[in-house]
Amino acid sequence: MSWNTFATVAETVKELDDKKVSAVELATHYLDRADALQPVLNAYVTLDREKTLAEAKVADEKRAAGDAAPLLGVPIAHKDIYLIDGWRTTCGSKMLENFVAPYTSTVVKNMTAAGMVTLGKLNMDEFAMGSSNETSYFGPVKNPWDLSRVPGGSSGGSAASVAAGLTPASTGTDTGGSIRQPAMFCNLTGLKPTYGVCSRFGIIAFASSLDQAGPFAQTAEDCALLLSAMAGFDTNDATSLDRPKENYSRDLAKPLTGLRIGLPKEFFGEGVAPGIAKAVDEALAVYRKLGAITVEVSLPNVKYSVPAYYVVAPAEASSNLSRFDGVRYGHRAAEYTDLMDMYKRSRAEGFGAEVKRRILIGTYVLSHGYYDAYYLQAGKLRRLIAEDFKRAYEVCDVVMGPTAPETAFQFGSKSDDPVKMYLNDIFTICANLTGQPAMSHPCGVDENGQHVGMQIIGNYLDEARMLNVAHQFQLATDWHKRHPNI
Amino acid sequence: MAQWEIVIGLETHTQLTTASKIFSGSSTAFGAAPNTQASVVDLAMPGALPVMNIGAVERAVKFGLAIGAKINQRSIFARKNYFYPDLPKGYQISQFETPIVQGGGLTITLDDGTTKFIELTRAHLEEDAGKSVHEQFDSESGVDLNRAGTPLLEIVTEPVMRSGKEAIAYAKTLHNLVRYLDICDGNMQEGSFRCDVNVSVRPMGQKEFGTRREIKNLNSFKFMQQAIDYEVRWQIEQIEDGKKIVQATVLFNPDTGETRAMRSKEDAMDYRYFPDPDLPPLVVSDEMLARIKAGMPELPEAKCSRFSSQYGLSHYDALLLSQDGATASYFETAVNSGADAKLVANWILGEVSATLNREDKTIEQSPVNAVRLSNLVARISDGTISHKIAKTVFEALWSGEAASVDAVIESKGLKQISDSGAIEKIVDEVLEKSAAQIADYKAGKEKALMSIVGMVMKASQGKANPAQVNDIVRRKLA
Repeated sequence: MSWNTFATVAETVKELDDKKVSAVELATHYLDRADALQPVLNAYVTLDREKTLAEAKVADEKRAAGDAAPLLGVPIAHKDIYLIDGWRTTCGSKMLENFVAPYTSTVVKNMTAAGMVTLGKLNMDEFAMGSSNETSYFGPVKNPWDLSRVPGGSSGGSAASVAAGLTPASTGTDTGGSIRQPAMFCNLTGLKPTYGVCSRFGIIAFASSLDQAGPFAQTAEDCALLLSAMAGFDTNDATSLDRPKENYSRDLAKPLTGLRIGLPKEFFGEGVAPGIAKAVDEALAVYRKLGAITVEVSLPNVKYSVPAYYVVAPAEASSNLSRFDGVRYGHRAAEYTDLMDMYKRSRAEGFGAEVKRRILIGTYVLSHGYYDAYYLQAGKLRRLIAEDFKRAYEVCDVVMGPTAPETAFQFGSKSDDPVKMYLNDIFTICANLTGQPAMSHPCGVDENGQHVGMQIIGNYLDEARMLNVAHQFQLATDWHKRHPNI
Repeated sequence: MAQWEIVIGLETHTQLTTASKIFSGSSTAFGAAPNTQASVVDLAMPGALPVMNIGAVERAVKFGLAIGAKINQRSIFARKNYFYPDLPKGYQISQFETPIVQGGGLTITLDDGTTKFIELTRAHLEEDAGKSVHEQFDSESGVDLNRAGTPLLEIVTEPVMRSGKEAIAYAKTLHNLVRYLDICDGNMQEGSFRCDVNVSVRPMGQKEFGTRREIKNLNSFKFMQQAIDYEVRWQIEQIEDGKKIVQATVLFNPDTGETRAMRSKEDAMDYRYFPDPDLPPLVVSDEMLARIKAGMPELPEAKCSRFSSQYGLSHYDALLLSQDGATASYFETAVNSGADAKLVANWILGEVSATLNREDKTIEQSPVNAVRLSNLVARISDGTISHKIAKTVFEALWSGEAASVDAVIESKGLKQISDSGAIEKIVDEVLEKSAAQIADYKAGKEKALMSIVGMVMKASQGKANPAQVNDIVRRKLA
C-alpha cells in the first residue's frame, strides 16, 4: 500500500469510505513511520502497537457491519496529558513515569465514539509547563522543519507528529498558548475552543480555570471535523458548558464578504519580529481580497496578560499538583525517614525544575498576606481584559494578529531565562484568561524560512465562524500545504 | 471560681444523609471494606474533577431555613491546601469566605427551664477527609479513603455560651434538630455528629476574650461535659498560677478525663485558601429555595406549642415530647390510634423512656410500638386493667411474650375485677383475718384502712378495681 502520509483527515475519511484503505493499514502505516522517526523527533512517549491495531481492527469490523461513525478508522494521537484506560499516562514527568491510567478522559471517549483509532501518547512539556518542549522528562521533541529548533510547547509532540506526517491529527491542551504557538512553529492549524466546550475530565490539570482541550491538524476543515467529535457537555466536569452538540463544519463554505477583522494595535507594535509582521500584513491583504475589511481596535489591558497569567496559572498549578504526593500513585522516593521526608523526597525527585519553579511561585502568591495583592488583583485584570474584548467585538467579528512574537527558536536559546520564555506567549495568553476561543493557522515564513501563524481570537462560542474564516484563507493560499522534507 | 467567666463556642461537623458523596457518586455507607467506596474522584486520580451533589445543598438550605439564617443564594467553594495522607488531593474543598448559611440561631432550654438564644455564625458545606489506619500495619500506616468526600455541614456558633451546661444543651438541641430535619443521622459513635469546643475564660466583667483552646472531636455529650469541666479548671489554674494560655488544639482523653494539647497554633498552617476553579459558584435558585421551604417539616418549637394547645399537655411535657422527631411521631401515632393524650404522654415520658434508657434503645427500636401503647392506654381508660397491671402487660409486650395487649390480658388473666360481688367475697375473707387492723381503724387510725385495702389487692393478685375495694372496705367497717 502506498499512502500519502500528509493526507488530511477529510481526505482520509474519503479514502476509508471508498474502501481504498483500511483502518488497520492506516494504523500500520503511521505506527511504522512513528517508530522510524522516533529517534529523530522524539514525538511520542508511548506507542502500543498491539492496542492500536486492535482498535483499528474493531473499526474495520464496524465499518463492515455498516457503522457510520463520522471519523471511523481515522488515526489520532493524544497529548500524554489525556488519561486513557490501560495506557501509561506520564504528563511528560518522572512523577508519572509508570502511571497507568485507570479511566479514560471524556475527550478521548468522545473521539473513540466518533470512530478514531488511538496511535499513541505524545511528548509534551512536563505538566504542560513550557513553551519549547524542553521541560519534558522524556527529552525534547524536535521541530521536523529544523531539528535544531524547538517545536513549541507545551503540546510540542502534538504539533511535531502532525507536521511530520506521523498522524493525520492530534489532540493538545492550551493553558496559555500551548496549542496555538506550537501550531505556528510547526506550520499547522490548531484551535483552542471556548472554555467549557471540551470537557476537562480526565485531562491532567495544570491551571483549571485556563486549561482547554483542542485539535491539531493541517487544515481548518480538519479542525472542524475533530472539534465536532471532541466537544460536548459532560456531567463529570462542573465547568463544562451545558449546550447542544455543534457541527463545526456547518459554516466552512461561507464567503468572507463583509467580515470585520479587528486588529488590536497592541498586537502590532514593537516586540514583533519584522519577518512575522511582514507575513501577517501579507495575510491580511489576502483576507481583504476575500472581501473582509480590517478595523483597528484597542485592547489596552491586554499588556497585563503575562503578569496576570503568571499569578493565576502557578497558583492553580501549585494546588493541582499537590495530589502528586507519592502516597497513592506516581513516584515515591526509595528511601525516606518519615512522612514529611517521604513527601519532600518524592516531590523533589519526581518534579523537574520548571514545575518546581511554578509550584513555588503559586505557593507564594496564595500565601497569607499576598493573596489579595496577587491572586485577587489578577482576577480583576482578567475581567478588565474581557471587557476590552467585549468592546472590540462591537466593531469587529474576529480579532487577528500574530500568534507569537518570534518564530521557532533554537534549543537552549531561552531555557535559562524564564521571563524571556514566558513572553513568547504574550499574544496567546489573553484568550485563556478570558476563556475565548482562539486558533492559529499558517500564513507565511520569515527570513529564516520559519513559519508564521495568524492568530484568530473569536467571541465566545464563535468557533464555527473562526473555522470558516481560516478555511476560506486556506482555499486561497497554500502555506498550510507545505510539508517538511523528513 | 466565681470571679471567672467561661466563654464557649462550638463547631459541629454534621455528616449529611446523602446516599452518595458531596463531589462524587461513591456511596457514603459506613463500615465497608477499606477503599471500596472510593471513585477516581475520591482517590484524587489525575484529571478527576468534583461535581456538586445537589442533595447536600438541599440539606444545608433546609438547616439554614430551620434556624432562621440567611441563605446565600450564591456561595463559593474554596480549596484549603495542606498535605496529609488521608487528604488525597492535597486540599480540602470547603466554603471559606462565602458560606451557604449565614447567621440564625437556636433556642436552648436548660434543666431549670430557663431558655437562651444561641447565635450561629455560619454553616458551610465541605468534604470529609479519609482515615489513616495505624493498627494493622507494621511500621507503616494505611489510608482508607471510604470517608473521603463524605458531605459535611460545619455549623459554627458565636462564642455566646457561658457554661458547660449551656454548651451541652446547645449540642443536644442541635443534635435533635438535625435529626428532626433528617439531614444527619446523628450517630456520634460513627462520627456523623462531631463537636469541636472552643473554650476560654476571662475575669468576670472583662470585655476582651481570653485565649481559647479548641477541644477536638468529642463523640459523646458525656465526654463533652467532662472535657469542658477539665479544660475550664485547667485554664483557671494556669492563669491563677501566673501562666499564660497558649492558643492550641487539644484532645480529650476519656480514660484520664484530661485534655492535652496536640499542636499549638503558633506554628499555625497557612492553608492558602482560594476559590476552587473546578466548581462554579454554588447557586441556590429561587425555585429551589421555594421548593425546600414548602417541604420543611414542623419544627420542634412549633410542635411544642401545638402539643400544648391541641392535646392540653403541660409545656414541660410538650417540650420533652417534641424535642426529637421520633418521639413526637410516636406520641402522635399513639394518640391518633385513639388513646388519651395525657395518659399516652405520661407513659412515654415514664415507663417507655425508662425502659428504653435501661436497655440503651432509641424509640424507633422500641418493641412496644405506638399503636400497642395506644391499645394499652385504652385498656386503662376503659377500666379493663389498672395502672399497675398495665405495667405487667407492658413488660410482657416488651419481652415479646404476646403480640397484642388483649392477648396478654387474656392469657395471664389480668383483667380487672370490677364485679362487686367478687370483690366483696375477697374483702370478707381478708377482714376475717384482720382483727387488729380493724381495731386500729375504729380507733381512728386511717392508715389501717390502707393496709386492709392493700391486703385485698394482694389477695386479688392486683386485679381488683382499687376504687371499688376502697368503697367496699369503708362500707363494711362503717
